[in-house]
Amino acid sequence: MSVDVKPLLEVSGLSVHFSTRRGLFAPVRRVRAVDNVSFVIRRQETLGVVGESGCGKTTLGRAILHLIHPTAGQVLLEGEDILQLHGNALRERRRHMQIVFQNPYSSFDPRFNVLNSVGEPLRTHAHLRQPDLVRRVTEVLESCGMPGEILYRYPHEFSGGQMQRIAVARALVLNPKFLVLDEPTSALDVSVQAQILNLLEQLQAQLELTFLFISHDLSVVRHISDRIAVMYLGRVVELARTEELFTSALHPYTQALLASAPIIDLARRRERVILPGNVPNPADPPTGCAFHPRCPACREGCSQQAPELIDTGGGHLVACHQCQA
Amino acid sequence: MSETLLSIENLSVRFNTYAGQVHAVNGMSFAVRKGEFFGLVGESGCGKSVTGLAIVRMVPAGGEIVSGRIVFHDQDLIAQSSAEMQRVRGRHIAMVFQDPAASLNPVFTVGNQIVRIIRRHTEASAEKARQQALAMFEAVALPDPERIFRSYPHELSGGMQQRIMIAMALSCGAELLIADEPTTALDVTIQAQILSLLADIRQRQGVSILLITHNLGVVAETCDRVAVAYAGQIVEEGTTEDVLFRPGHPYTQGLLSALPDSTGRREALRSIPGSVPDGLNPVAGCPFHPRCPRVMDVCRIQAPGSIAIAAGRRVACHLYQEGGRA
Repeated sequence: MSVDVKPLLEVSGLSVHFSTRRGLFAPVRRVRAVDNVSFVIRRQETLGVVGESGCGKTTLGRAILHLIHPTAGQVLLEGEDILQLHGNALRERRRHMQIVFQNPYSSFDPRFNVLNSVGEPLRTHAHLRQPDLVRRVTEVLESCGMPGEILYRYPHEFSGGQMQRIAVARALVLNPKFLVLDEPTSALDVSVQAQILNLLEQLQAQLELTFLFISHDLSVVRHISDRIAVMYLGRVVELARTEELFTSALHPYTQALLASAPIIDLARRRERVILPGNVPNPADPPTGCAFHPRCPACREGCSQQAPELIDTGGGHLVACHQCQA
Repeated sequence: MSETLLSIENLSVRFNTYAGQVHAVNGMSFAVRKGEFFGLVGESGCGKSVTGLAIVRMVPAGGEIVSGRIVFHDQDLIAQSSAEMQRVRGRHIAMVFQDPAASLNPVFTVGNQIVRIIRRHTEASAEKARQQALAMFEAVALPDPERIFRSYPHELSGGMQQRIMIAMALSCGAELLIADEPTTALDVTIQAQILSLLADIRQRQGVSILLITHNLGVVAETCDRVAVAYAGQIVEEGTTEDVLFRPGHPYTQGLLSALPDSTGRREALRSIPGSVPDGLNPVAGCPFHPRCPRVMDVCRIQAPGSIAIAAGRRVACHLYQEGGRA
């Protein structure tokens, strides 16, 4: 893989806080959905983001695309901070960054046919005339493995796997550089999931795309990612190259996550680590390291101060007092 | 070999829809032994959930069991009256579903709901039922049972709700627990907790568990034996080790090679071409033949029977004959 020295995307200190209250007169509470997250993604790289529900991975993906306005931080796409852009300037940059959602049926308008849905970005951004538009939509659908005849058909006529191919086509129709893939295969059966993962990898190589791949499924993230960031309660707790993360995970949460994922290996049945307790409420996070109440390696100090994400060498970052000591 | 607790014989369930008749289950056969952790695995639309519902005679409206036998303790459940079935459900066979929040009533405390189940099926007094409920909460490792007893479903996490569903299911001493995707809605760390709870309950109480799932990893982690369903039929049945490590049916082989490798080698995944037949238009011959890499002429004409290729190991495929490979 040819790696450009300059990263395509630089995220620094990104935070998204939401305000909630339990009742009309109850005090407002801040939910730190994403809290001080920083990383870079190089050109043509796939960065995987894993974590359990409520860890902020989806919010992170949306904040990077400026679909949600972050509370703080910077998102540099090719050196330009897109969080400072508004109106036409932002719309212009949006051509280069697109998103594919988990459920294609809810991310398509059921009353729009395929041509209208896939062609809509071309209408708003490229102002193509109808014959050119039809040509471009047909071309991008075919590159995603869908025949051109389906232009005038509607979402309910397709299976989940076919719809997800169309969703990928819609994301690619403007020739973006960067794609956020938010659980793109979670709603699909394994045989179809394999088709979509293969398609994404093939398109990435062909079109020189850069991916942020969000998923809760470790084996999928492992298959597709070059590097992986593990999130817990809004923070990145560990970030490393894929193989390094799977062979020598440092953070106790990553270790537990790897041990919890069911895999096909009968020998492993007996020696699993089962993490006690639940993911805490993000509106009421534990003090210090957010993982300390469930952590098997917790010592004093962990409940007082939140650990920083620090490079332990060779780009393997971890946020844990015990691992850094 | 221990005795058979439940056997499904040539079960067919049909739904009448505006679009036509859907053959959701189409000649399904498998058997669950006493004390066994049995997996029924397949992709969406393979008929696995409908089979689970058919066992307790709760096929949703529009559907009917058209043929076959469901033998539980030498009794054909299909022949039972609905009053007799009510006794069977809960007392002998219990069920846990995917989404615990949808299975619990939001307007009653969980204590109220479990006590009602216990009193419906046993002679227990209110106080006795309460004690029994608390003991069940303890058995499923819920912290602070007294507090949980007074809680409403929305006050509990998904993992805790699923523990409550399991406690309710087992509160009347059921011998068979049907768990339909019990961990699919849960996070992996919570999924691991629930799976280990099920394994633990099987050990301690000797209940048989029929686990319905799409996740082969979950099967590998828990089940003794497994049946693989495709288009409303069982294509393969055997011990978990045999089926997952020496799959006989081309569909099982395809399913396993479509999974991202757990050793993480980064090469293209082998997907199965095409998609699952929709039940409205059943495929002639073997239901898998349009997607099968090893299709032969006979596959297009004649559906294969279930062939015993070894003791306790069956494959429905023309590549095999009784006792081994053709």
